[in-house]
Amino acid sequence: MNCRDFQQLLQPYSDGELDLVRQLEMEEHLAGCLDCEEQERNLRSMRTGLAAAMPYYPAPDSLRAKLQLAPPPSPTVTRRRWRPSGQQLSIAAGIMLVVGAAATIGMLVPRSGTGADDRFAERVVAGHVRSLQAEHLMDVPSSDRHTVKPWFRGKIDFSPQVPDLAQQGYPLTGGRLDYLTDRPVAALVYHRRLHAINVFTWPAADKTATPARASDRQGFHLRHWQRFGMTYWTVSDLNDQELDEFVRLFQEQTAE
Amino acid sequence: MDPHERMRFERATLPHLNAAHNLARWLTRDDHAAEDVVQEAYYRAARYFNSFRGDEGRVWLLSVVRRVAFDWLAKQRAQSAAVFNEEFHDRGDESSNPEFRAIQKCDQESVRQAVEELSPPLREVIVLRELEGLSYQEIAKVIEVPIGTVMSRLSRGRQQLQQRLASPPEGAGTT
Repeated sequence: MNCRDFQQLLQPYSDGELDLVRQLEMEEHLAGCLDCEEQERNLRSMRTGLAAAMPYYPAPDSLRAKLQLAPPPSPTVTRRRWRPSGQQLSIAAGIMLVVGAAATIGMLVPRSGTGADDRFAERVVAGHVRSLQAEHLMDVPSSDRHTVKPWFRGKIDFSPQVPDLAQQGYPLTGGRLDYLTDRPVAALVYHRRLHAINVFTWPAADKTATPARASDRQGFHLRHWQRFGMTYWTVSDLNDQELDEFVRLFQEQTAE
Repeated sequence: MDPHERMRFERATLPHLNAAHNLARWLTRDDHAAEDVVQEAYYRAARYFNSFRGDEGRVWLLSVVRRVAFDWLAKQRAQSAAVFNEEFHDRGDESSNPEFRAIQKCDQESVRQAVEELSPPLREVIVLRELEGLSYQEIAKVIEVPIGTVMSRLSRGRQQLQQRLASPPEGAGTT
């Protein structure tokens, strides 16, 4: 591959959409090619600038209230007798086309996890959604880690690491006790703009360290890793890039 | 919609209300229109909820929102009879190969304006990628095009953005 080929792949690379082989080729090339490396840097800085400066428009409370109070009209067709309309059939065809295209392009990163991880991912997302819906995001609302960390004492049989990432733009907003499986776990809540980030943590079964694994579920992004005998699951609707940065910062500040 | 069905509907869609509104606001560029679009999208979504298969609530909802938003845009276009057609229709899907230079302006106002000036098909992929963090595959499902088209639109969107943000726009200060 020459520089032109690599430059074609710069954006998918930056978006984390290359398969592992191509990604490694790209990294190798960038390490040795000043020109491509500069372009990659410029692209990255533009994307960071965009993400930071583009306004995000959350739904106003009035709209939220309207949607929750006024029940949508009943479906005009009953569930059992439902027949797809022409439009819906074309949507289905469109989705099949997309799946076909994905298979032929073959550049997509497989994002599904193993069975056990999958089940955990499901609970993690359910925990995240529950925390947002029930307005029960925090038991101890505080941006001070010296308040959040001791709060867990006596409620759980371990002491979670609570890094302070406010300087880096991910302020701690609180903590809560949650049940993902049969055991209580610590949930730390951070924010990026209006996006809540839930970090679930509990003691791991063993001391092995694993790098952060990415997965997606119901439109949420997840990262799962293990470090110093603790298991971590992070979930948010924040974009992949910033969530990766968050995980990196979080890991940097959790020591043994 | 029976209460159980309604609960299922709310659980699938309400967590993504902010994403829905954000996309609608970016596409319509108007506060009131954005609220109308989201409300209409929720009604349509409720009507067709039985076609929803239970995963990817966000992708499903966003695809309804953008369809309603594009209907709204088409109506606006018909009313104003503006020379909108050309920028509206996406020209070809040839992959371009932009060169990335450093951008100069990344203050909120310049960035907002630059993104708003993109044609709707380019604007939506930028919003879905940079603000919602959707993968190529998810974006392809939301806007119902092949992945190759997602890639080329993202590429052209970014190219245009960096042109706008690298040098002062011509005739700045006027519309």
